[in-house]
Amino acid sequence: MSITLRDVIKEITRRHLQDADGLAMGQCLTAVGWVGGTLPELYEESGMVELSMADVAGGGFAVGAALAGRRPMYIIRYQGFNWFNAPMIINYACKSKEIWGRPCPMFVRSIAMEGGIGPVAGSSHHAIYYRMPGIRILSPMTPNEYWVAYKEFMETDEVYYISEHRGAFPNTEELEDILFDEPDYVLLPISITRFAAQEVAKRLYEDMGIKVAVIHIFRLKPFEISAQALACLRNSRFGGCVLDDDYVDGVAKSIAYDLMAKTSINLDVLGLEDRSAGFVANVDNLPPSREKIHDLILRKIKS
Amino acid sequence: MLITEDIKKRIFEKAALCRAFEQEVFNQVRLEKIKLPVYLSAGQEYISATLAVAIEVLGIKERQIFIQHRGHSTYLNFGGNLDELILELLGSKMGCANGMGGSASIHSLRENIFGHDGLMGSQGPIATGMCYANKVPTLCFTGDAAAEEDYFLTSIGWASTKNLPIWYIVEDNNLSILTEKKVRRNWEMSDVAIGFGVKAFNISDDPIEILASLPDTISGPLLLNINTNRLFWHAGAGIDSDKTFDRHADFASNFSSDYAGNVNNAAKDLVEMAWQRCQ
Repeated sequence: MSITLRDVIKEITRRHLQDADGLAMGQCLTAVGWVGGTLPELYEESGMVELSMADVAGGGFAVGAALAGRRPMYIIRYQGFNWFNAPMIINYACKSKEIWGRPCPMFVRSIAMEGGIGPVAGSSHHAIYYRMPGIRILSPMTPNEYWVAYKEFMETDEVYYISEHRGAFPNTEELEDILFDEPDYVLLPISITRFAAQEVAKRLYEDMGIKVAVIHIFRLKPFEISAQALACLRNSRFGGCVLDDDYVDGVAKSIAYDLMAKTSINLDVLGLEDRSAGFVANVDNLPPSREKIHDLILRKIKS
Repeated sequence: MLITEDIKKRIFEKAALCRAFEQEVFNQVRLEKIKLPVYLSAGQEYISATLAVAIEVLGIKERQIFIQHRGHSTYLNFGGNLDELILELLGSKMGCANGMGGSASIHSLRENIFGHDGLMGSQGPIATGMCYANKVPTLCFTGDAAAEEDYFLTSIGWASTKNLPIWYIVEDNNLSILTEKKVRRNWEMSDVAIGFGVKAFNISDDPIEILASLPDTISGPLLLNINTNRLFWHAGAGIDSDKTFDRHADFASNFSSDYAGNVNNAAKDLVEMAWQRCQ
């Protein structure tokens, strides 16, 4: 039977608590659901720490636990809650090594979802952290990527922001880049948009012979792209697009800028629209759909 | 804890060093030798001096100290290196915070003193979280304004819930820059702590009163709201009022004028020599 991302996160958390003297800290962890089934059924005596419902202080408690060397996994159930949870992570944990020579390693599990959950809880909000120094941001959507993220965290003394998405929890497949020597168009998707990008690229190739490359962005900060992927982008006939599950005025535009500077290839960005999300479907604000990505590519090629 | 003559002297000697240090920093700022914002703790030094001596007397070897932005005295009283503090104020990489901490974000790896990041009151949750994670006796210093931060209050509540070995020390100088406490709130930190189920006292910075409020061990949460006086400006070298009560002058009356004078002069000499070494 295939292993899901959900199973991997659960197993990593179990090992972190039982074998590495680590902590998992957050709100309503042991409630029904165990954070989308990503937590083992362990309790405080095993390091599963239920915090009070005070988000700002909770971030600080986790930073303190990190200073004590417990490498906490700090679990934020909705990425939008980072507006409250981030201050001490960004301003203390991320700066502590640089200013005082005291590492403060912590693993921030920040979970996105969307659809009918309103103006704060929906979507990814990794841009809140992105602009600040001292943070590493990864967005693993596959089982292997999550192992890579965790192992890297355990081998360093840095602060990791793990931009998760509930839509990826059932995933069992690895997502490989789709590269061409001379692509018609290139998609550079982040988070949950990676699945849509993959599907659209396959459909356009199969249906119309359009060569859409997909360069998956797993490492947001520091941003990394392979030489092979960069060469593919350089040869794109009609440019490309960075796709994000966050507002575009953040990570997507920043990465697009860096890549344009490196390649002189014109890049668009697609992400959340610049408006608040409502709870009802017709006023919601969702990541770019397959149709939207599909239409953008055709429009670019035709123009 | 009862105060003895020896304890009184130890507190006075520590406080004298802090006062001499802050006075010298005051002078150096006036001379523009120090060019960064400084937060002088003159007038408030008896709080950390008394607690540092108490921790020594109680034989608590392992402890962690979380400092606030007005923390020169806390740093010095708990064993922070004098030269490294001077170098820090001069912006040297040899400073206690590698020349990045200035006056407000000082720390000491050796003495387990944790620096402050500049977000008012963030030391509350961070100290509480660290104390939860390692159960090491913890002292968390704050001002009366930073203690108003909602997350600071929550920290006291969580320390109560988990019965953590942490003492919250509120250096209550009644001022947020120059805004008095009565303008900002109609409640006292000690009452809030008691409401959370934490033992708390609202006392003066008289060492006798502070020591009388302390248990024999750091085994659970405690909050001391200690009323004190800031002699100098919120930031920089200036004096708000020449009528401010001065605990150091008051406490000196416990001793012969010869002894008090000698201690003050020795502290002044020590600080002057350190400045000469560092400049």
